[in-house]
Amino acid sequence: MTRNTIKGLLLASSILGSAGLAHADTTLTIESWRNDDLAIWQEKLIPAFEAKNPGIKVVFSPSAPTEYNAALNAKLDAGSAGDLITCRPFDPSLEVYNRKHLADLTNLPGMENFSDVAKSAWTTDDGKTTYCVPMASVIHGFIYNKDAFDQLKLAVPTTEEEFFAILEKIKADGNYIPMAMGTKDLWEAATMGYQNIGPNYWKGEEGRLALIKGEQKLTDEPWVEPYRVLAKWKDYLGDGFEAQTYPDSQNLFTLGRAAIYPAGSWEISGFNTQAQFKMGAFPPPVKKAGDTCYISDHNDIGIGLNAKSPNAEAAKTFLTWVASPEFAEIYANALPGFFSLNSTAVKMTDPLAQEFVSWREKCKSTIRSTYQILSRGTPNLENEAWVAAANVINGTQTPEDAGKKLQEGLDSWYKPAK
Amino acid sequence: MKPRETTMEVGELKRPRRWHILVFLLPALAVYTAVMILPLIETLRQSFYNTVDGQYTFVGLGNFKVLFGDPRWAADFWNALRNNFVFFLIHMAVQNPIGIALAAMLSIPKLRFSAFYRTAIFLPTLLSFVIVGFIWKLILSPIWGVAPYLMDLVGMKWLFAPWLGRPDSALIAVSLISVWQYVGIPMMLIYAALLNIPDEVIEAAELDGVTGWSQFWKIKLPLILPAIGIVSILTFVGNFNAFDLIYTVQGALAGPDGSTDILGTLLYRTFFGFQLQLGDRSMGATIAAIMFLIILAGVSLYLFVIQRRMRRYQF
Repeated sequence: MTRNTIKGLLLASSILGSAGLAHADTTLTIESWRNDDLAIWQEKLIPAFEAKNPGIKVVFSPSAPTEYNAALNAKLDAGSAGDLITCRPFDPSLEVYNRKHLADLTNLPGMENFSDVAKSAWTTDDGKTTYCVPMASVIHGFIYNKDAFDQLKLAVPTTEEEFFAILEKIKADGNYIPMAMGTKDLWEAATMGYQNIGPNYWKGEEGRLALIKGEQKLTDEPWVEPYRVLAKWKDYLGDGFEAQTYPDSQNLFTLGRAAIYPAGSWEISGFNTQAQFKMGAFPPPVKKAGDTCYISDHNDIGIGLNAKSPNAEAAKTFLTWVASPEFAEIYANALPGFFSLNSTAVKMTDPLAQEFVSWREKCKSTIRSTYQILSRGTPNLENEAWVAAANVINGTQTPEDAGKKLQEGLDSWYKPAK
Repeated sequence: MKPRETTMEVGELKRPRRWHILVFLLPALAVYTAVMILPLIETLRQSFYNTVDGQYTFVGLGNFKVLFGDPRWAADFWNALRNNFVFFLIHMAVQNPIGIALAAMLSIPKLRFSAFYRTAIFLPTLLSFVIVGFIWKLILSPIWGVAPYLMDLVGMKWLFAPWLGRPDSALIAVSLISVWQYVGIPMMLIYAALLNIPDEVIEAAELDGVTGWSQFWKIKLPLILPAIGIVSILTFVGNFNAFDLIYTVQGALAGPDGSTDILGTLLYRTFFGFQLQLGDRSMGATIAAIMFLIILAGVSLYLFVIQRRMRRYQF
């Protein structure tokens, strides 16, 4: 008897409990790979939204970055994914949209706040449909240890020649590892290395679009030269860089053992809390003094609506808020290094972040060369580029061979539209 | 002998249907079918299908033709298979002999603290591969690792290299980490087999003057051969299914330059995708089917050829 009573009570409470919830509020769940941002969402962004929109509750539910794409696709197929989907740039999200898991947001109020370049990462190839609200981009450059530079009386380099002269000086001094980067995780070499310095050689968008149109090849000088420069980095990396992982590099720099860190702006908030010294940043050095500088200002995060969400109306209210300057301001300042793509300029309070974002004014922006269209086939150009960049720095492949292998892989499936 | 006769007589009289056997087998069979056999069949089926012009259709052996015919797929596949064989051979050449040696030493009756050694050596097997991978990455780290520090203390720093980051040494390093983790399993199985050898056999050998090394080679080793056979086949199946340790230590691209890529990591990348690479279920299923065939071939070879020729001794 007692057992049955307890069972009955439990059953009743669970049913009533969930029924009670359903009545009170609409709860929106956000799928994301940014588990580092959990606190910012819970403490700043969500309260700001909920204060203005009573009746809508938002839950931020991130998973591990490396598992996100696979996990998300599995959840979407099973119909158990959240209402709001954080969008990776380009093809992974396009694929999700093509499988009808993301809703069309072209006419969402607030979309007018973004430029076409900002939306490019989440727009169909014909440019007609946008399916994610752009949230943020990341900028590549170099972060340096200001104390070390002052101590060695070094000036910030602007050209390739100055850059290597400075590395040579730091190496000769011997107190600091000239540059903190490893090749073990592969992507560091490609993303922080090749995609960081590359745009100066292939002239940003000009080269990137020419590559997509088939007018340039990865074996051409503008695409091989950055590899040649990367190969020279080898002498200035730490001992055993072949087995140095990404967190190793971060720690080497924040512990003050390395002078220069090839960076993405997403490092800023982490470095600010960990480094005990003053930091500065400089954009990738140009080839000759006076050359136009190009930076990689890469669309990184967007947010879209699960097409099967039962709470579509509430979710659209949320997305419109994400598209507003208010969100841009909170987000960009809570997460220095993730720069808003909103056309309204956002005041940055963090000096390092302000330095990065200021390059937008003097340099031309581009996105990573391998991301749009070119990584659709097999072999995957992005993955191959990781391996190639690491090989070139390790000295196990020549820059020319790397370019040749990448182009052959690309040729095997990619036919540029004529 | 008496009871058996009676049961046989009863059996001939009534031969009752023994339903309880079926009933007891059913839950295990149902669970195993649901979580193993059906997914396996589904995977094999999927390897014959692919998306052609947006339509999911039967393509016969088309996927296999791509895997072996396309130079890039074939290069990736053969690279993974070759690495997998190296991975397996290192286990066979290092893990199992060490396991046997440890078991032989543990079974020496005079050995003190044998329970402690047994537990200590078996312990890594129980650790999660994530922990093992992480610990060894730290130990071998050229920056903060204990390995370079300890080698420096004995003046052997010059021997140290960033092993996990070099294409020529990474696979060996990862294999040895795996050996370190799993050496407890052959040790335990063979230790149990050694303990099963009756004392009379050993005493008889001693009376005949067979002692020490020759006793191990001529008496004990032949008696534990079936256990070594089991260990080998477990190693084979385990190695060709391996994925986790390589994934945690070297990442999904199994770098540097694909030098630690084995079938498991190739399957993972193909099936689930990686970064910008989207998952390709059909090709993934094709690789899985090949892995299944390789393991099936290995196990059959053992069951039908080797195990039948192996002599078993009954005491």
